[in-house]
Amino acid sequence: MSRDTLTGSRIRERRVAQGVKQADLARKAGISASYLNLIEHNRRRIGGKLLLDIAEVLQVEPALLTEGAGATLIAALRETALDMNAPAELDRVDEFAGRFPGWAQLLAECRGRIATLERTVETLTDRMTHDPHLAASLHEMLSTVTAIHSTASILAEPGEIDPDWRARFHRNIHEDSARLAETSRGLVTYLEADDASATQTGSPQEELETLLDGIQHHVPELEDGGRVDQALKRVGQGASAAARDILQHWLERYAQDAKALPLESFAAPLRRYGPDPVALAGALGADPARVMRRLASLPAEILPEPVGLAICDASGVLRYRKPLPDFPMPRFGAACPLWPLYHALNRPQVILSRPLVQPGRTGHGIWADALAVPQGLAVNDDAQYESHMLVRTYQPGATDAPPREVGVACRVCPRDACTARSEPSILSATA
Amino acid sequence: MSGQVLLIEDEPNIIEAIKFILSREGWHVHTHSNGVDAADVVRSRAPDVLILDVMLPGRSGYDILRELRDDPATAALPVLMLTARGQSKDREMAERAGASRFMTKPFSNAEVLDAVRALTSVA
Repeated sequence: MSRDTLTGSRIRERRVAQGVKQADLARKAGISASYLNLIEHNRRRIGGKLLLDIAEVLQVEPALLTEGAGATLIAALRETALDMNAPAELDRVDEFAGRFPGWAQLLAECRGRIATLERTVETLTDRMTHDPHLAASLHEMLSTVTAIHSTASILAEPGEIDPDWRARFHRNIHEDSARLAETSRGLVTYLEADDASATQTGSPQEELETLLDGIQHHVPELEDGGRVDQALKRVGQGASAAARDILQHWLERYAQDAKALPLESFAAPLRRYGPDPVALAGALGADPARVMRRLASLPAEILPEPVGLAICDASGVLRYRKPLPDFPMPRFGAACPLWPLYHALNRPQVILSRPLVQPGRTGHGIWADALAVPQGLAVNDDAQYESHMLVRTYQPGATDAPPREVGVACRVCPRDACTARSEPSILSATA
Repeated sequence: MSGQVLLIEDEPNIIEAIKFILSREGWHVHTHSNGVDAADVVRSRAPDVLILDVMLPGRSGYDILRELRDDPATAALPVLMLTARGQSKDREMAERAGASRFMTKPFSNAEVLDAVRALTSVA
């Protein structure tokens, strides 16, 4: 029965709730008890003066009898029951809201509060999972505590230990306790200093991305040989200490890249080859990874078409992301493991160049060039690699190579059968 | 007890402590601290038990374990995974990757010894 035909039910509910006899209400409204009975059972329509009279006798607004509780409240109550998977009488929700409007409103507001709290919990959980600084600090602390705990246990055990080992363990505990103190201090400073900004913008990495988006990833003063500290002052204004620290490293590398490959050196090769990092690296005699970073920082008036760039460290964590409209990149967590960005880590120093296609995207094709290169020099030690992947559009038919199907991230990827999937997709869950 | 244990962990002082307590019990302990070539090291060492940290430079312990489980030569190798996170989903990830046992830092020396003994007695 539709809500607007339940006026009679609402009259009955109100009357019963107030303890008024049917005959008394009928008499005061100037109608027979039997006619009121038909109205209350929704077998006679009611409106006009009679409705006003009954509303006056019951001391309620006429609209409350004709419309019942607000549609928003009814919808909220329905959603509450569905959210909680509760065996509530959905067919009587209108009756409930009309009869107990205060309780109904309270229930709806409780649902709102629960939803807000759930979002907060989700955000905090997400931060623990995806804030690289926080995760790294906690991992460092727990590892150090484990080392101290194990070493101290050995020393505390009865029996003799070789003096050399004993001395070594004492030294280890001393080193680890100093490291633990330092990590703890750093973590407390990070959590306290970033309290306001981090809860608003997320991790320092996300803050950096917001700053870089604000300047379109281009720093004019560094193109002209300006100082990094001055650029940091301008670009990092209002940023947290942790974000400024990451930004400083980014700016320092920007300055080195700009010095090695000045803007003017790009003009002619760009006209000839377009934003093809492999061809440009050959023409300029430059490191292809550096060319990719320079392409991502070029202003729109120089770059013939937009490019996107992702950079990850050897653990796969994205340290830089500049997405394309046709190639979005996840803001939180890991990207699609099928990206050539990650395959390049398995084949360092080799450029992996191929077309890509993302499910549901039928616009331009995407061409990706990926390359993993060592960071700095490694002497008698393993090199630390970071991988770059430059993405740009290309016209369909421009290549015979079959495009590789990739996603954005597992959570938002509909490719159920993917062997690289690490977590269920919210798309398939709702399908 | 005797046998070969391979410990892949990047924290040098944890390596030193675990190596000490296992060696004292008669185990021969090899160590490695890099994720990138860890799977190759496991194959070449062919240990009786592998102790594998989750967060390693270059490659995660989960990835390494998945590769080992896909290789018939190492598919049945007893593996004790060490992690700094004890959430149920981390445990689930370890189980899915094929871990025989899962241990959350900070752990005690006795727990490590018990786990290695249990894994070798099952194996």
